[in-house]
Amino acid sequence: MADDIESWLKKNWDPDLTVREWWEKLGLAGWSAPNLPIDSFGKGYSREETVHVQNAIAAHGALGAPGGLGLLLAAPTIAVHGTKDQKEEYIRDIVCGKKAWCQLFSEPGAGSDLAGLTTRAVLDGEEWVINGQKVWTSGGQIADLGMLLARSDPEVPKHQGITYFAIEMDQEGIEVRPLREMTGRAIFNEVFLTDAKIPKGNDIGGLGEGWKVANSTLSFERAGLGAGGGSQAGGLALPGTKALDLDKRAGDFLTGSVRGEPGPSMIAQTTGMLIELAKSNGKVNSPLVRQALAELHTLNEIARYTNLRQKALKVSGLDVPGIGNIAKLSMSDILRKTRDLGLELLGPRGTVHAYDKDARKVLDEVVPNAFATIITELSLFAQGPSIYGGTDEIQHNIIGERVLGLPKEPNNDKTMPFSSLPKNA
Amino acid sequence: MNLNFAFSEEQEELRKSIKRFLDDKSPISEVRRLMETSDGYEKSVWEQMGSQLGLQGLAIPEEFGGSGFSYVELLVVFEELGRSLACVPYFSTIALAANALLTTNDDAAKKEYLPKIASGESIATLALSEDSGRFDEESITLRGKNNGSGYTLNGSKCFVIDGHIADLILVAGRTDKGVTLFAVEKGATGLETIQLSTMDQTRKQARLTFSDTPARLIGDEGAAWPGLSKTLDLAAVALSAEQVGGAQVCLDTSVEYAKNRIQFGRPIGSFQAIKHKCADMLLQVESARSASYYGSWIAAEDSDELPVVACLAKAYCSEAFFHCAAENIQIHGGIGFTWEHDAHLYFKRAKSSELMLGDPSYHRELLAQRLGI
Ligand SMILES: Cc1cc2nc3c(=O)[nH]c(=O)nc-3n(C[C@H](O)[C@H](O)[C@H](O)COP(=O)(O)OP(=O)(O)OC[C@H]3O[C@@H](n4cnc5c(N)ncnc54)[C@H](O)[C@@H]3O)c2cc1C
Repeated sequence: MADDIESWLKKNWDPDLTVREWWEKLGLAGWSAPNLPIDSFGKGYSREETVHVQNAIAAHGALGAPGGLGLLLAAPTIAVHGTKDQKEEYIRDIVCGKKAWCQLFSEPGAGSDLAGLTTRAVLDGEEWVINGQKVWTSGGQIADLGMLLARSDPEVPKHQGITYFAIEMDQEGIEVRPLREMTGRAIFNEVFLTDAKIPKGNDIGGLGEGWKVANSTLSFERAGLGAGGGSQAGGLALPGTKALDLDKRAGDFLTGSVRGEPGPSMIAQTTGMLIELAKSNGKVNSPLVRQALAELHTLNEIARYTNLRQKALKVSGLDVPGIGNIAKLSMSDILRKTRDLGLELLGPRGTVHAYDKDARKVLDEVVPNAFATIITELSLFAQGPSIYGGTDEIQHNIIGERVLGLPKEPNNDKTMPFSSLPKNA
Repeated sequence: MNLNFAFSEEQEELRKSIKRFLDDKSPISEVRRLMETSDGYEKSVWEQMGSQLGLQGLAIPEEFGGSGFSYVELLVVFEELGRSLACVPYFSTIALAANALLTTNDDAAKKEYLPKIASGESIATLALSEDSGRFDEESITLRGKNNGSGYTLNGSKCFVIDGHIADLILVAGRTDKGVTLFAVEKGATGLETIQLSTMDQTRKQARLTFSDTPARLIGDEGAAWPGLSKTLDLAAVALSAEQVGGAQVCLDTSVEYAKNRIQFGRPIGSFQAIKHKCADMLLQVESARSASYYGSWIAAEDSDELPVVACLAKAYCSEAFFHCAAENIQIHGGIGFTWEHDAHLYFKRAKSSELMLGDPSYHRELLAQRLGI
């Protein structure tokens, strides 16, 4: 396998290709998402093997696979629940980076209680008509398609009346409004759906089956966001028609500059960075700092070991109990600890932060510090992962109820018709 | 010592009038407006605080233009400022600069500078930390030199709170005799001020460089450290009160949201995961309040317990505030991560004030030393 990817890269990588050309080669050869099954433009690889491929691409100095929620969430979900035609249409465009996806799940009234969503889907002849509001939609402003959860039947209990659709974002009935985050950036959005249209056959996994399909997506999300992942393949170009990266030269994305927000892989690497920082300013001599650095290293390593153990168990059809939830919870924890230790190491330098380019120029000149920008960025972002992809509290509930089989809190929301449940004003 | 751990009627009245003033002049919309400006404060509000409410002069002795109240009254101001996040250079001017002056024996300087501070005419700050970001005696390297006709300064100071707008900068420097306090006025020759963009945009900082900058000696040459050390202790107590005010807001906001936000057909506060978080926040807020209030009484009594209580309060209240601010975001879910919601303003204030004047580990180490552990 290692030889396969390396020899393929030798033959095919050329920095002068456009991003579009490069991703088409990578995707059709099965290297964009080798974790996908063979009938879905993948190679049926395990997570470890996939990480290995990503690392090999990075080590070769080639542009990595198209990132984003298409590859992370939509492709593996469609690979499991989609029809043959849907795989051919949607997954092909995802692995080749031609189309970008967003996740239209959360609503103002339905976050943790995702099944409480109220966006309506009503069939009208040959098309579905969609009305409602989605929120916190990451990448909504550059998405071509959305994974949409909508209520197709409000008169059955809430988990039963949901359908999962693929929806075109470019249409009159959809308005995307960026929302600013505490980091100062606007990655997520509000999405208003007003008589938006979806052709009849565009449900994924069948009518009323949306909850089951959504749970697949959520488990891919946990796995993808969890601790113990590999390093990000070199370079970051954005997929889809709106980011306008496709016709640029692939080699130009390899400058190593971080674009957007820190991902799990980057976070694992920051422990090494904190060690460097502590050495550079002498704080490495403090026993407290040494303890904290060793602890962070431990947590990152354990996440990696757990993945290795999972891989071994998988061979005999077993899992580490709660593996996805554990990975996600440890990521939240590692991030918080990285934030606090990183800022402590910076001291007052950690209280200054640039929210725009001009301010950054001043800070780089006046209080230069090779580590500060990445640490303060990460520190502001660190509050996100314990919320998105199922909050820390929800992960604990899942472990308690689904993994350990503890009794659920008493509730009748699984049996009552959705229309008669209490909701947010 | 016999401490009265309750506020008097006058003190409660003071709190109410400050609250009214801040509700009126500094609602959160105004905080958000000012934090985006480069000065970061509203001159007329600052002047009113001084001239109408007398807040700047509250704990300045009457002989220097103040009204001679104690640190207990001052704590009330800091707590309310921490609650509102009001963008005013009060911490720098009062907790740092006024204390730095009051802890010297230089009556001439006090007579010259304190009345202007008390009236709200003047903004002042203390420039102590340097690029190393430390707050201990050894870290002070900026050079002061007596060249016969007076002193000149050479070197730089960093992370100086409100350094970009201060009319008066009290500079901790070092001469051949040791750590020495100097006064430099805005616009002095050889003084260069560069504003630093801060994570907590409600509190601005600057880096100052001094090149042969003329300065006035304050107090005795080489004898400034004990006064500065006491100033840092007093400032730590003031900061702890701000932290209590901020933490209380985080608790209140969380509880309110937990009562109203419905998921799974019930308020999220009915889930023990959230209920216990709120209960734990209360525990920390009330503990922080005890530490901070005790600190202010100790400061008011001018007791020699101050060095111990100051670092105890700074370490505990910093962590309590940050804990509450982070939990507040978590309890709010997605909306807590937005710029639009105020949770991040408190989060950033909490983190910055935790790192200011030395972080909790530093203060616990100081505490251990001061206790003789
Ligand atoms: C940076 C970011 C990016 C995101 N991107 C997307 C995206 O692309 N697409 C998308 O659909 N969504 C996205 N989200 C939304 C995210 O999935 C939700 O914010 C999350 O599911 C929580 O929902 P909520 O915000 O409504 O909070 P709520 O569900 O209202 O939760 C509020 C608090 O109550 C707690 N709580 C709720 N129920 C329980 C319970 N049963 N037991 C104990 N505690 C409970 C929660 O843990 C939380 O602390 C994103 C969020 C963030 C922060």
